[in-house]
Amino acid sequence: MTDTKGGYMARDWTRQPPALTPSYKTSLTRSPQLAKISMPSTLSEETGPIFDHSILGPLDDDLILNFATPGEMALGPRIIVHGRLQDENGRGVPHALIEVWQANAGGRYRHKKEGYLAPLDPNFGGCGRVLTDEKGFYRFRTVKPGPYPWPNGVNDWRPAHIHFSVFGQSFAQRLITQMYFEGDPLIWRCPIVAAIPDRDAIERLIAPLDMQHTIPMDARAYRFDIVLRGRRASYFENRPEGT
Amino acid sequence: MSKLFESASQTAGPYVHIGCVPNFCGIPDVYPNDLGERMVTDATPGERISITGAVYDGTGAPLKDVLVEIWQANSDGHYGSDASGFNGWGRQAGHGETGVWQFDTIKPGPVTHASGHLMAPHITFWIVARGINIGLHTRMYFPEDAAAHAGDPVLARIEHKPRIATLLASRQAAGMYHFNIYLQGPQETVFFDV
Repeated sequence: MTDTKGGYMARDWTRQPPALTPSYKTSLTRSPQLAKISMPSTLSEETGPIFDHSILGPLDDDLILNFATPGEMALGPRIIVHGRLQDENGRGVPHALIEVWQANAGGRYRHKKEGYLAPLDPNFGGCGRVLTDEKGFYRFRTVKPGPYPWPNGVNDWRPAHIHFSVFGQSFAQRLITQMYFEGDPLIWRCPIVAAIPDRDAIERLIAPLDMQHTIPMDARAYRFDIVLRGRRASYFENRPEGT
Repeated sequence: MSKLFESASQTAGPYVHIGCVPNFCGIPDVYPNDLGERMVTDATPGERISITGAVYDGTGAPLKDVLVEIWQANSDGHYGSDASGFNGWGRQAGHGETGVWQFDTIKPGPVTHASGHLMAPHITFWIVARGINIGLHTRMYFPEDAAAHAGDPVLARIEHKPRIATLLASRQAAGMYHFNIYLQGPQETVFFDV
């Protein structure tokens, strides 16, 4: 059995977006310009908040119902999103909190700074959360979000997407990303997607339709696996246990 | 064992509040409260402190849509939950008009480093917002701990010593600290690739 209690493996910057990506205009003034200070992870990054089921309500994983008036449901194509949270060593990450948020089926967010003319759905809030199980698997139910225009270029459209905020077992693993949908032609036109410098890394954010888990006459399923950073094996590290 | 690749980060975007602090942004009743909004209880041991600040862009404007998370040790320098409900993690959104955020917490104790040295009391910050493609890690240290800073193994990695000042909070009054984060410019905050 490999011991993986060494420090975190260095982030692979060939697969992560750089801070400055000029075609995504807001990054111009919000990107640090000096080199980051590199350092091996310390206890301050190798630990992180742990959550348990006491924080979850019964509808937290059901965006179709969790904001709806009792007896009503959110509008739009019903989908199940599921997958596995793993680390870079291929181990499932158990009991990890995943928070999601998204636009409604018309591409409109429930947010005061949102200006798109598509209507709000009175039965859709747009947030949900779930804890992974012992092996790192998770699932939630929602409606497929619509694409929407955004002020960047004159005619930029976001592909349909769901935002994911992921906690692992440590602060070093903290990640926010977005899930896209197989077959969406807007993916390859999106400046935010294009911030990722590696085509394979982009493709891993595109969830395929999963007919195996589709519920007949009810909801289609999409599979979205997420990988967090992993730790090195510690065979040769002179590192006091428990520190 | 074949190595997998960490999923690519994408910006938190302007609507991060919906997912992370829905009560803050006017989506009540889905969750009873926003996770991380309250860090300490009356029973939490340690010196009570408040930290206010804002995150500034390259034009000098505060990020009104920023989301800031902090992670810290308890007053003994240990990480993890204690019986008082304190778990060391907090999350706050910048104010919609001013960008100012505030954490009410306790001062952490020094934490042991793998080298055997102590890291001076510090709080880890993680910053996400529209226009930030991948969450930014930095640290806040306390101005009264100058002697401990001299031996801190993380601060020692900062070659350009004047930049260490970007990681120091200012002390406004007893227990009241202010910590601004600058994404660009002459005061650009030190960020870590860790």
